[in-house]
Amino acid sequence: MTNFLQKLLNNTTTRRGIGAIIIFVILWHIGSQLDEWTGYDLLGIGLVPPPGDVFAAFLEVIPLHGYWMSWVASFGRVITGFLVAMIIGIPFGLLLAVNRYFRGVFFPPFEILRPIPPLAWVPASLIFWPTNEMSIAFVTFLGAFFTIVINVLGGARSIDISYLRAAQSMGASQLDLFWKIVLPGTLPSIFTGAAVGMGITWEVVLAAEMISGGGTQGGGGLGFFIWNSYMGGSLEQIVVGMISIGIAGYLSSSAIRKTGYYFMPWRRLF
Amino acid sequence: MARNTSKVEKKGALSIKNVTKIYDPTGVNVMAVDDCSMEIAGGEVCMIVGPSGCGKTTLLNGIAGFHSITEGSIHLDGDLLCGPGKPKADQSAERMVVFQHGALFPWKTLQENVAYGPTVQKVMSSAQALDKAGQMLAEAGLGNFLKKYPGEVSSGMARRAEIVRALINNPKVLLLDEPYRAMDALTKQIMHESLLETYDRTGVTIFFITHDLEEAIFLGDKVHIVTTRPCQLKKTVEVKIPRPRSYETQSSEKFRKLLEEVNDAVHEEAVKAFKAGEREMA
Repeated sequence: MTNFLQKLLNNTTTRRGIGAIIIFVILWHIGSQLDEWTGYDLLGIGLVPPPGDVFAAFLEVIPLHGYWMSWVASFGRVITGFLVAMIIGIPFGLLLAVNRYFRGVFFPPFEILRPIPPLAWVPASLIFWPTNEMSIAFVTFLGAFFTIVINVLGGARSIDISYLRAAQSMGASQLDLFWKIVLPGTLPSIFTGAAVGMGITWEVVLAAEMISGGGTQGGGGLGFFIWNSYMGGSLEQIVVGMISIGIAGYLSSSAIRKTGYYFMPWRRLF
Repeated sequence: MARNTSKVEKKGALSIKNVTKIYDPTGVNVMAVDDCSMEIAGGEVCMIVGPSGCGKTTLLNGIAGFHSITEGSIHLDGDLLCGPGKPKADQSAERMVVFQHGALFPWKTLQENVAYGPTVQKVMSSAQALDKAGQMLAEAGLGNFLKKYPGEVSSGMARRAEIVRALINNPKVLLLDEPYRAMDALTKQIMHESLLETYDRTGVTIFFITHDLEEAIFLGDKVHIVTTRPCQLKKTVEVKIPRPRSYETQSSEKFRKLLEEVNDAVHEEAVKAFKAGEREMA
């Protein structure tokens, strides 16, 4: 373990990252104290809670069951919406790419629905779905779905035709072409779509949680946690909620990066 | 060696008769190939030289079965590939293409790339195919790079691996579309020697498109100079320089004479192509 930490600290990139965060916190502290130090009201900067207070608030919520339930609730929604979007979106995008008739039928309605922002679906889905939970999951799904499909479609359509021709002249069947050429050729785009989709998913979950009030059972998610802190007037806790989301988002995208790394060994060289 | 003894019954003779190809993408007919005929004997290295955009690749695509042809016919060893009633040739491993920009699958290692053909054709188990691929790559001097991805090796190595990937299918004809286009002179030289070495070993018929006149003479048995679009056979120059050839060949008097002859013919077409281009722009 100490060995691992040592290695981590010896890495220039890590050291730079840690240094940058420390500088950011110092600037944040200076910004929050500027009014007090100068005696002037500088553009309302004084309303920023100093990092020390936020840290204290963090320590306060860490033992709380409700705080962690917010994590679990939000993560659960993000993962559900995201996974369903992947499971439906990837085959749907690939079918759009490889089948002319499928594209002819499904692409126009898809393109009309796509520009509707996921949040515009919130009121309708609150009415349509029987429970709050299901409407949040649905809206989350939509957030990731369109992005994933459009990336898969674009990726599959831009595969170099030479690959297909080469494979075909070597005797590949249509099925071989799909599994051995189109699918691996689309993988990079699938992971790009997943990374972008994951970001949108978090955005949508948070907004949906704030709007819907989060539900009644214990944790209403991180979005509701922020909303609740706002209603309770705790500025520090609002920032705690925001940073929690930042960390959660970082964990999600690094999970996607790691998965991509595993499935695309040939991309490791870049 | 094998090439000299069995020259008579050599496989892979291509007969291109009066081939015409008209594209009609936007209602405007573009004639890419016009009544083009050439005979390529089995085991011959046939070089096609002509101005850019003249329809050489169109002809190659017709032979490979990527495109249909509008008129005429193409036979391989007397069998009809495409012609009246069958505008598009079947794609088959007997005619393997090596592409201009390289088409090794980036998601497969060199060894997996080469093993791909025999595996999908199910003529070998995948273990056997990998074995054979490893062996052939080693013969081509790539034994240390079997587990590398195409993105990890130089363009010269990638191109050699691609030719091995074609050869593992025992093709009758190798169709090369400016395979060494973007390479520096030194790498090109090594590629040429490696290709000639491969050719001497396999005796496969080679249909090779290029803009590089020295390359054409150095590698070819015959150099076919084609006209600017629409593509027609303008002149055939026979290269009677004995094999095996080495880079010293290129400084011989005979080589220079041939180069001059080809250059004259090509230059005329290049000027025509340039003028046509100017007209189109105006």
